[in-house]
Amino acid sequence: MKRFQAFVKKEFHHITRDWRTLIILIGMPIIQIMLFGFAITNEIKDAKIAILDHAQDEHSTVLINKILSTDYFQLEKYLADDSEIESIFKKGKVKEVIIFESGFGEKLEKEKKANMQIIADASDPNTATMLLNYTQAIIVNYQANINLSKKLPFSINIQSEMFYNNELKGVYLFVPGLIAIILMLVSAMMTSISITKEKELGTMEILLATPMKPVIIIVAKVVPYLMLSFINSVIILLLGYFVFGVPVHGSLVLLLLEMILFILTVLSLGIFISTATSSQQVALMASLMGLMLPTILLSGFLFPVENMPLPLQIISNIVPAKWFIIIIKGIMLKGVGLSVIWKETLILMGFMAFFILLSIKKFKPRLA
Amino acid sequence: MSNEFSIEVHELTKKFGDFTAVNEISFNTKKGEIFGFLGANGAGKSTAMKMLCGLLSPTGGMAKVAGFDIYKEREKVKSRIGYMSQKFSLYQDLTARENIRFYAGIYGMPDKEIKLKTSELLDRLHLHDFADVQIHSLPLGWKQKLAFSVAVFHNPEIVFLDEPTGGVDPVTRREFWEMITQTAQAGTTIFVTTHYMDEAEYCDRISIMVDGRIEALGSPEELKRNFGARSMDEVFIQLARPTADKIG
Repeated sequence: MKRFQAFVKKEFHHITRDWRTLIILIGMPIIQIMLFGFAITNEIKDAKIAILDHAQDEHSTVLINKILSTDYFQLEKYLADDSEIESIFKKGKVKEVIIFESGFGEKLEKEKKANMQIIADASDPNTATMLLNYTQAIIVNYQANINLSKKLPFSINIQSEMFYNNELKGVYLFVPGLIAIILMLVSAMMTSISITKEKELGTMEILLATPMKPVIIIVAKVVPYLMLSFINSVIILLLGYFVFGVPVHGSLVLLLLEMILFILTVLSLGIFISTATSSQQVALMASLMGLMLPTILLSGFLFPVENMPLPLQIISNIVPAKWFIIIIKGIMLKGVGLSVIWKETLILMGFMAFFILLSIKKFKPRLA
Repeated sequence: MSNEFSIEVHELTKKFGDFTAVNEISFNTKKGEIFGFLGANGAGKSTAMKMLCGLLSPTGGMAKVAGFDIYKEREKVKSRIGYMSQKFSLYQDLTARENIRFYAGIYGMPDKEIKLKTSELLDRLHLHDFADVQIHSLPLGWKQKLAFSVAVFHNPEIVFLDEPTGGVDPVTRREFWEMITQTAQAGTTIFVTTHYMDEAEYCDRISIMVDGRIEALGSPEELKRNFGARSMDEVFIQLARPTADKIG
């Protein structure tokens, strides 16, 4: 045990001496969550639009006011002519143009039918779709209001509610995803690098010539990163809670335990990478390409897994972060317990056992 | 107990596939002896040394280090040896004191003894003023001496040195060998590989490996007499040349 302590102490020396890495390790989670929370957002806010109103009557004016009174849109300019539409899009000044035909209000009153056109800049398809949907919703709402006086023969009353994330806040999605990514980075990448570093420097040979058992050497190397990763995820949770109001509805103890399980899974993955590689460069590349990209792209963090083509959906099953994100979203946002997420928990345990076995198998010949 | 020998090696062999790196070598070393292990690059020196340190499993033969079988009692062997490899073995981002503390710690030495011996060692190396400076800023010679001191810090019965003086200036090499001689006089067996033939003269006995076999074994004087040579250089070249001819 004393030998173990001496070893862990030395690892901490390595980590604290390398202050640049330390700043990255501790600073990165904070910066990332601030970026994702504040800057990168899926929500539409103050999108610039232009309006071409050929009618300029009561109906069109009221409708325009309704649209502009929401937080979603902001008027850039009233257009005077159809010819201006294309140029204002090309300049990138607006995301959407709304056009009322001439005599809009009159037609609506007399013919019960009038036309308007919405054109969106689809060079950014997601935003375009969302803007379109928002605008349509406002128009439908207006339509319903002017129909109010007359009784419709049939009507379906829709009451919609967004469960678990009432305001559709992007940060609710990012916090769980970020925890997964940062744990992946710190645990897997840093351990694989720190183990291959000893190999590269030749100190691993010296260590193996001491009475310390190889398994103990590896465990002692991993312990500091386990602690660092855990601290990191707690920082993210706290920031999420206090700065962005991301709740933890479920059991906090369960959440922390699941985080430790994921950290251990990823650490074993890092150990496996280090047994399979012999230089820091290769270990770094392997963790970046082999771990970070799949984690970001296939875990459901940025893109929903259900929307992917089938082969990618199948591949996504071997990304541990996918299961972890399901688990912590369940605990944090839905407040579910182990009875719901036991399957995902077992899968993570399976991953961990698999990587540990694989590492032991790969590691042995080198020590023999 | 046959405690006369610190290392006993009998027909020790290591094969990598078809290639025989170490071919049935046999020798013994006495306690407190400086045993030079010479050979050209690729002659099998490092492989043989790694087997004795428990870093590689032999393919055949038997060996006892400090009286313990290297197959069955590897842990016991490891706790009684020190090892310094040709690659620099201290951690550059730790201070001298921390390096000593770490290696002493993983050999399980008690805290009190570590403290006492650390200050003793720093005195001896005149390193007190630099004890808390990260190693990378020290000159190579000092680092090398420190690395040796760390390798023998836990009082091993045998210390294995794999080309310990590579890249070190002649003065420091001289000082280094003085440290080795002192350590040997205190009863520790020194098992050292080297390329420098002048260093070979400092050894009590020498073995010269050629193509995985030990071709010559004896004190420097014996070897020079047997080969009719004036210096170890000549002995070495006589032994190594036949191989060169074969390849040529």
